Amino acid sequence: MRQNKRLKTKKLTTYLSSYKKEFVLGPFFKLLEAVLELFVPMIMADIIDVGIAGGDTTYILWRGLLLVGLAAVGLGFSLTCQYMASKCSQGFGTDLRNALFKHVNSLSHAEFDKFGASSLITRITGDVNQLQTAVAMLIRLASRTPFIIIGSVVMSFIISPKLSLIFIAAAVLIAVALYFIMSRSVPHYKQVQGKLDDVSQVTRENLAGVRVVRAFSKEEYERKRFDNAATSLSRTATIAGAISALLNPVTYLIINMAVIAVLWFGGVTVNIGGLKQGEVVALVNYLTQISLTLVVVANLIVIFTKASASGARVREVLDTATSISDDGNAQVSPVENAAKVKFDNISFGYGGGKDVLTDIDVSISSGMVVGVIGGTGSGKSSLVNLIPRFYDVTKGAVEVDGVDVRKYPLSQLRGKIGYVPQQTALFSGTLRDNMKWGNSDADDNQIMRALEIAQAADFVNALPDGLDTVVSQGGRNFSGGQRQRLTIARALVRNPEIVILDDSASALDFATDLALRKALRTCLNDCTVFIVSQRASSIRHADVIIVLDKGVAVGIGTHSQLIDSCEVYREIVTSQEDSGNDNDKEATSHE
Amino acid sequence: MNKKETSSLVTLKRILTYTKPYRGRFICAFIFSVLSVVLQLTVPVLIGDAIDYIIGADNVNFTKLLDYCIALIPVIAGSVFFQYLMNMCANSLAYNAVKDMRKHAFDRITAMPLSYLDTHAHGDIIARTGGDTDLISDGLLQAMTQLFNGVTTVIMTLVFMFMLNWLIALVVVVLTPLSLFVASFIAKGNRKHFKAQSDRRGEMSGYIEELLGGLGVVKAFGREEESLDGFKSINSKLYYSGLRAQFYSALINPCTRFVNAIVYACVGVAGGLIAVMMPTLGMYSGVMTAGRLSTFLMYSNQYTKPFNEITGVVNELQNALAAARRVFSLIDEPIECDDSSKRDEFRAEGDIEIDKVYFSYDSRRPLITDFNLDVSKGQRIAIVGPTGCGKTTFINLLMRFYDVDKGSIKVDKEDIRDMTRSALRANYGMILQDTWLFHGSIRDNISYGKEDATDEEIIAAAKLASCDDFISRFEHGYDTIIDSDSLSQGQRQLLCIARIMLTRPPMLILDEATSSIDTRTELKIQRAFATMMEGRTSFIVAHRLSTIKGADKILVMKDGNIIEQGTHSQLLSTGGFYYTLYNAQFAGGNE
Repeated sequence: MRQNKRLKTKKLTTYLSSYKKEFVLGPFFKLLEAVLELFVPMIMADIIDVGIAGGDTTYILWRGLLLVGLAAVGLGFSLTCQYMASKCSQGFGTDLRNALFKHVNSLSHAEFDKFGASSLITRITGDVNQLQTAVAMLIRLASRTPFIIIGSVVMSFIISPKLSLIFIAAAVLIAVALYFIMSRSVPHYKQVQGKLDDVSQVTRENLAGVRVVRAFSKEEYERKRFDNAATSLSRTATIAGAISALLNPVTYLIINMAVIAVLWFGGVTVNIGGLKQGEVVALVNYLTQISLTLVVVANLIVIFTKASASGARVREVLDTATSISDDGNAQVSPVENAAKVKFDNISFGYGGGKDVLTDIDVSISSGMVVGVIGGTGSGKSSLVNLIPRFYDVTKGAVEVDGVDVRKYPLSQLRGKIGYVPQQTALFSGTLRDNMKWGNSDADDNQIMRALEIAQAADFVNALPDGLDTVVSQGGRNFSGGQRQRLTIARALVRNPEIVILDDSASALDFATDLALRKALRTCLNDCTVFIVSQRASSIRHADVIIVLDKGVAVGIGTHSQLIDSCEVYREIVTSQEDSGNDNDKEATSHE
Repeated sequence: MNKKETSSLVTLKRILTYTKPYRGRFICAFIFSVLSVVLQLTVPVLIGDAIDYIIGADNVNFTKLLDYCIALIPVIAGSVFFQYLMNMCANSLAYNAVKDMRKHAFDRITAMPLSYLDTHAHGDIIARTGGDTDLISDGLLQAMTQLFNGVTTVIMTLVFMFMLNWLIALVVVVLTPLSLFVASFIAKGNRKHFKAQSDRRGEMSGYIEELLGGLGVVKAFGREEESLDGFKSINSKLYYSGLRAQFYSALINPCTRFVNAIVYACVGVAGGLIAVMMPTLGMYSGVMTAGRLSTFLMYSNQYTKPFNEITGVVNELQNALAAARRVFSLIDEPIECDDSSKRDEFRAEGDIEIDKVYFSYDSRRPLITDFNLDVSKGQRIAIVGPTGCGKTTFINLLMRFYDVDKGSIKVDKEDIRDMTRSALRANYGMILQDTWLFHGSIRDNISYGKEDATDEEIIAAAKLASCDDFISRFEHGYDTIIDSDSLSQGQRQLLCIARIMLTRPPMLILDEATSSIDTRTELKIQRAFATMMEGRTSFIVAHRLSTIKGADKILVMKDGNIIEQGTHSQLLSTGGFYYTLYNAQFAGGNE
């Protein structure tokens, strides 16, 4: 555990390496400023012991000027330190964000799924911010407190070695108090975080299920649930606050007890001539200085606790290596007469877990339309996701043009494929920008042709700005069905050799769906098309239909072959078509 | 958007209204703060007096010194004690006030029209009830403890100083506002940098959300480079604005500290000069001594400290105010009109009359126009049309999630606006495809619509919905806590059916699954639907031909409007949109 932590720190600090100069110089200037500050009580002691005791007004004035001078120089030092801290921490944060984003981009779907998009977003933004703050505070404040404490102890030693024992004792007591209070309040703050998540969960559920809540008129019940969560949060927060609120009173108490000790033992020492009055004042001043710097310690500890949690989350992402790599793969040339796509007896499981696809063996020749059908969790999407190598098989091989997909450079492999995902992701920019995603050289004619095939030309032409229409974030200014057709068109602009429609016509009405399939067949002659669907009607005219059931290909063939030979296929088809009597089906399903 | 301009003072006042119920704690906090500060300020006087009894070798008055040392102990202890009590009061006040605010926000959410909740990002609303309100409690707490204490410290120190020596006090009073002036000057200049920084942050989150959300597409189209470039350019803009914002805000501390150092030097010099030249100058009694001077030095430290802290608090307060503005703007969203004076008891037979209804979400885009429909008790109405055709709109109107723009909907001859929403909704059982279950036990989820249901009733309902089987197979049976992924989609739907089976409403709104559910569960759901519809008026979003054919009336929807209605054979004979749909989907589509 401890070793782990060290490994972590070491790795994240590599992002500081470009800012080594700032990282070292920042605290150095802070140190200089602290040293100057430590002279102040000594000078004040001189004013008392030499100036006042000797009645020397010029001396007092000169010392006063010296104090102002020191403060001015100190200001210069501390501004330098602040600048270094800002530059170093912002630079660190920027580099870390770039590295994270780049890394996330390189992750395969398997790793990406593990984190989820929203968690990755928080890690890149919120968590890095937290780390950035911690770096700045480390340079600006964390170095200052120990300097001042140690410096004060040293100065007290110079003034009176015997009385410095009081300082040491106070320092130790403060450290112990800090440790006790912090080690008790930090776990409470973690609990607070958990309770806050509960509060958010209730809100989330209520927003997602607002229709159900209102249909049952359960607003009052939900308010009570929220009330409970909120009350529990405020209770835990109050307890955590009560513990950490001890910090300042306790340190103040320790410091002032030390002051009493300094007064008494200082008096004793002065009486035997070992110390002057002004020096006692100086010692008291040093103690005050310590207590002033301690105030920030509590805040620092909170900042660092948060940062260490953030650091762990950031590291977790960076430590996740991508499982899909094309390092060292050179351009490959297709094997002649090979199948366009071949699943060579493959098996596949997510994250090495249970197989979601087992022993699938099928060859698809160029130009074929392939239908993939099966219930939820049957592995339909997984199967087609293997072709662009979003995931790697655990057994066997997927071949495109006779070559194992793992031997391709990813850009070459994916360049052959027009992939249309389940989720219709469009991006900010104009429609034209979106259409040119896979083919930046495409002209408007090519784009319009693709839109026509995708049955999107009509509504795009009807837009006042046509292809210049601005797509808002996520494409919210288009309906679900329109988005699907646009994403299909986007894939076609690439002139792909293989088109994969991963359940991506689900929002189309049947007439449009039919027109789309007709257009795909007539306009893209040499193109191999995979249609993943839950609708039997969408795939019934495919050249080959692959029927999946719990990851096993229980039927491969045409509609008419399968309707005779494949039980699962028949079940799906009949359940979706007019099948008359429900009881008949019930009987077959129970056999 | 004007709300953003609302001045900070108004927002602050509004936050303070939430502290009203806790006025007792507010007053206590104030009293404890004054007590603690007064005691705290007595300490330097006692120390100064004590120092005056430590004059030099063989010139220490130990009896007096001991008196003062002993007197210090209760003063210090008392000050610490009251400080802690003050903190506790502030703690409890801040967390309770914020809890109330949070509850208020949630209460408003539960009463808001769906038009708001449907069109605003849920994540954003969740953040307002969670993280944002947390920022307010942080700010409130800081303000209470630091500002409160700070202000009392400043005022009391002034009083104490003037009581000791008005001349030196005057020096302090004249000089210290400098540090406030400097701080506010910097803070003002920095506002635009902060604004720029938070704008860049927003831009970055948006960008990440969009690209990570569509990561599959980024990879499929080989756009990793471009997406990283886009990120880097936003990131470098963030770097520059972040650097400026951070550096400028980091200027405040050193600058105010510089001013403090000058004040400190001036006090030292002035005190020294007075002590030497005319020890009684400015004193009400006694003379200026080394001890008195050290009292002043401690005061000048204590006096300026709050000014330094205030600048830190201002930051936190600004965050809190910004968060409060977001929370208040949520709270200020209009809620549905109060209907508590309307008829609250209503049990319908199930006759529905829709009379010349017009409706649109956006007045510029009319949706439903002049829609008429008569449904008598027990009839089945099938709603067909492509996904996204607007079936939710129809449900929204039936359940009165939205009000019609013109015309009326009557249940049993009674306008649905003449009864409370909850009375109307209690007459409907609604099961949508995206099932909603909350984090809780299966039992609680089933009995959601009837809290006082007995175990027997719950089990009977579960049996009717054929989910008793799988529930009893769980280790904890009906007490199993539902997690996000512990149930299959089909099982979730069956539980929702059981929920309706328990309440037995006279009218139903059902959403037939497309085919995301495996065939066997699908059959169970169909059977459960059939049982439920017995004798009840039902609206079914239909995908299955048998359902459609068996319906008493079919509503054909397209692009949000109801374009055709009639029985199956009527609609087929008119040869309209339904005819096309029917042929595409069911008649085998001759390609």
